[in-house]
Amino acid sequence: MAKLNHPANLKYSKTDEWVRVNGDEATIGISDYAQDQLGDIVYIELLRDSGESVSAEAKFGDIESVKATSELVSPVSGTIVKVNENLKDTPELINDSPYEQGWMFVVKMSDSSELDHLMSADDYLAYLEGR
Amino acid sequence: MTAEENAAPSLKRTPLYDEHRALDARLVEFSGWEMPVQYSSILEEHRAVRTRAGLFDVSHMGEFWVEGPDALVYLQYLVPNDVSKLAIHQALYTQLCLPDAGTIDDLLIYRLDENRYMMVVNAGNIDKDFAWAEQQAGNFDIRLTNRSDETGLLALQGPEAQNILQPLTEVDLSNIRYYHFDMGKVDGIECIISRTGYTGEDGFELYCSSADVVKLWRDLLAAGKERGLLPAGLGARDTLRLEAGYCLYGHELDEATNPLEASLGWTIKLNKGEFIGHDALAKIKEQGVKRKLIGIEMVERGVCRGGYAIYADGRQIGALTSGAPGLTLNKNIGMGYVEASYAVPGTPVSIDIRGKQTGAQIVALPFYKRKK
Repeated sequence: MAKLNHPANLKYSKTDEWVRVNGDEATIGISDYAQDQLGDIVYIELLRDSGESVSAEAKFGDIESVKATSELVSPVSGTIVKVNENLKDTPELINDSPYEQGWMFVVKMSDSSELDHLMSADDYLAYLEGR
Repeated sequence: MTAEENAAPSLKRTPLYDEHRALDARLVEFSGWEMPVQYSSILEEHRAVRTRAGLFDVSHMGEFWVEGPDALVYLQYLVPNDVSKLAIHQALYTQLCLPDAGTIDDLLIYRLDENRYMMVVNAGNIDKDFAWAEQQAGNFDIRLTNRSDETGLLALQGPEAQNILQPLTEVDLSNIRYYHFDMGKVDGIECIISRTGYTGEDGFELYCSSADVVKLWRDLLAAGKERGLLPAGLGARDTLRLEAGYCLYGHELDEATNPLEASLGWTIKLNKGEFIGHDALAKIKEQGVKRKLIGIEMVERGVCRGGYAIYADGRQIGALTSGAPGLTLNKNIGMGYVEASYAVPGTPVSIDIRGKQTGAQIVALPFYKRKK
């Protein structure tokens, strides 16, 4: 089994997104487990742009690998500050670097208490083992 | 949770199951079998086949032997292609059809000897096909045996296939033409060595006893290592055959689809004599098919998949039967059926992708043809 990586300084959702918190801003992407499950990612479409709002647990995009289609769900609510435009032409960045170059968007959070609903790296690992 | 809820019907496994586990393959259910969808990545395996070679375990497929004085007469009745054209050690591609011309399965028929033939059928249809074959055997003087369980099958596909295989056999592979085969030892194992495949590349399919297939698999992987041979799973098998424009039973072919709609008219020999489905096919040919198999190439961003609807002139004109990223072509592609009048290469259409009409065009098949 490929060794998967889930950095301790991030928070994770049940739908396999990660959040990196910096003040009131949250950077969001998908976990190493998620990219491994999907396989080679060939397409990503984010349904919201910079300046638009996003809601926690609402779909914010679609991601496609060679064999599968999956929905992206936002872990937090707020206004989108930045979107990773590189992913349009090089979606494989998500496979190669899910936590760095594969970041998807940055949100200015409207309710940081939503972070309490997310899991720590340890809790996420336990959650993965139970799947 | 009760014991009954716990006991799911178990999936079948080929003799190579432990090999796949050892190689860290991702295993999935396919037609009642637990098979590797990928070992490393579908993309890597697909590219390996196109540029070097890949090795597929296809031991789950079915093999039936037809022997006896009426073997040819029986097969001529059973399938639309002309089996009498087969020389010994030659193979052909054909279908099993219902009387209404619906497709029961597509298959290869190998002529092993004077009155000995082998039918090679899809894994998911083994029981159905054998029951049908037995049902049609009637008064023909033949012996029909299902050898699926005792037969292993590996597909070695790619431009390096012959270079990898030749050192393992004294059979001169350069003498085996496309859709022909020889019988001899590979790696000390008795094999049918056939120059056939499902990827659009040059390559060989090796039939052996299921008792020997593990050794053959291991030794082929070792022999091909230097030339970049990779084990390849069903994921790559599907993306490769899609680029090559080959039908996959259950997608482009099924019992509600006749082979003429699927552009397989070249395998149907109406003049050879009586066969099951003959009159229905003759009528369809005369009247023209109502829908036709075509290729789809995405023009706007998006991946099309089997099941998605195809639109033109503001209405649905058909649907996709398969679709995926074209990994060699850098275009997203699919196959599907549209109303016959729309089946013209270049026709602009749109595909419903998650509720959004996305621009595409109809193209001729195949998408990919290897350089000879």
